[in-house]
Amino acid sequence: MSRPTYLLDRIRPDSHTLAAYQKSGGYEALRNALKSKTPTEVIDVVKASGLRGRGGAGFPTGMKWSFMPDPAKDKRPRYLAINADESEPGTCKDRVLMERDPHGVIEGVLLACYAMRASTAYIYVRGEYRESYNRLFEALREARAAGLVGRKIAGSEFSCDIWMHKGAGAYICGEETGLMESLEGKRGHPRPKPPFPAMFGLWGQPTTVNNVETVFNVPFILERGADWFRSMGTKASTGNLLVGISGHVNKPGVYEVPFGVSCKELVDGYAGGIWKGRKLKAWFPGGSSTGVLPGSAIDVPMEHDAIKNAGSMLGTAALIAMDDHACVVRAMEVVARFYDHESCGQCSQCREGTQWLSQIFHRIEIGRGRMEDVQMLEDLAKSMAPGKTICALSDAAAIPTLAIVKHFKDEIEEHVRLARCPFVDPAHAKRAGAFAHAH
Amino acid sequence: MALNNALLKEFDELLTHYPDKRSALIPALHRVQEENGGWISPELMEDLAKYLDLPPVEVFGVVTFYPMFRIRPRGKHLVNICHNISCDLRGAQDVVAKVCELTGAHPGGTSPDGRFTVATVECQGACTAAPMFELDGVFHENLDDERIEKILGAVR
Repeated sequence: MSRPTYLLDRIRPDSHTLAAYQKSGGYEALRNALKSKTPTEVIDVVKASGLRGRGGAGFPTGMKWSFMPDPAKDKRPRYLAINADESEPGTCKDRVLMERDPHGVIEGVLLACYAMRASTAYIYVRGEYRESYNRLFEALREARAAGLVGRKIAGSEFSCDIWMHKGAGAYICGEETGLMESLEGKRGHPRPKPPFPAMFGLWGQPTTVNNVETVFNVPFILERGADWFRSMGTKASTGNLLVGISGHVNKPGVYEVPFGVSCKELVDGYAGGIWKGRKLKAWFPGGSSTGVLPGSAIDVPMEHDAIKNAGSMLGTAALIAMDDHACVVRAMEVVARFYDHESCGQCSQCREGTQWLSQIFHRIEIGRGRMEDVQMLEDLAKSMAPGKTICALSDAAAIPTLAIVKHFKDEIEEHVRLARCPFVDPAHAKRAGAFAHAH
Repeated sequence: MALNNALLKEFDELLTHYPDKRSALIPALHRVQEENGGWISPELMEDLAKYLDLPPVEVFGVVTFYPMFRIRPRGKHLVNICHNISCDLRGAQDVVAKVCELTGAHPGGTSPDGRFTVATVECQGACTAAPMFELDGVFHENLDDERIEKILGAVR
């Protein structure tokens, strides 16, 4: 496969060190921008590149940055928060960048701060990512000592502090306003919008929240140009992205591909096909919040619009593959339990709805479901989304539920008819518990 | 244990990262938990509340909101087994069974000898190397029975 790559090219055993990073041209994009570009010009290049956020929503990054108020009129302190609370089930791409190329993340953070004229950034790393935290912490120490973080960076007039901040295991803190609440030392309760973070963010000040992989792209764009970036991917989704492939494949992993590569090629080519010579039965295109699609729909480009047209979402491009021995009810039981566990509890549709979904999928899976449960799942999911709650966690539970009911209704009904899961191997269940599936 | 001077000195530095005191709460709780053998006592919450000028109930509210904070003592070693979708598809339930068999702990509980606390947790971000568990803060990936035996056997 001779597709151009850049995101993971620098990775070596020592690529987390400043010496290795600078040897491969690291911090040149920053030095050049500080010398020859105004902050507005940096935003213009990012806008022209078409870069879209890599955290799940796919919002155009340059446009997001330009929502920050005009510093001539709004003198309040302003902040950048980096969302490194990578918690979407199936997703582990940012971890690779933070552990193996932390200076690349830092350079991206500095350029984003320069563009938005922010003098303080926080990198909110999920608490479980100790290695990511430690690598970034050490990289920041090196960068500070080299005059690349702190006052008058690289001899310019630009000053910027970057602080690490550790989360503590709550998925909801990956939602940008939940993240801000958490950073302020509170429970991660998302805030109603408006006001939007660009006007009222951290401590009530103008704030932008960007994903790790998003800012990681920025130094490359500034060094190589918007046209180079647009030469990869599709018209509406430019550049390369990191795709995580997990589940029942031969070679699970994080792969760099341009937007628009067929998901069939991702599974059969990059990930070495479905394991044990089996067939693909179902797959999540971008984490557990995105609607499950049947295996027959795999030949679709990994790109925002195409996946949307197929009836799902690109999300974090974390493809989770299930083989034809897997039970989609069991999968959804696990996913629903997760959202029930992670609901912050502010909105009743979500607090109650996720719990109901979890209980209904559980009872269907253990053979105590009722035929009317199928309709109840659908009604319930429709009462939870879209846009009925403060944040999208409720939607994240409702969307895969509706997709399962749509594509795998027969399988749910079979569970009810048989009063058991047709995929549980009794011999195996004896060892690993009643809910365990052979695999 | 009370908040000792070394910890307070660390927190004084931590406060310089933020425009207000409260924002240091979660990082400070992590350090308190680390220093206290993996859990946070009511007394420590009160001490920290006092240090940060917060009502103790606010600290308690935060501690109980976040799954990584524990309010009861735990075993000497903590095994967090991911049981979310990518790990479940590749045998997380078998990992739970094996770990419980080897340690004598039930999921969510501590082994009778007090050496191991075993918990099931949601996605840890090791999906492409599933199944996995985290032992005392270190990820162990691509687990099978043999590897689990080796890893737990090496724990002192």
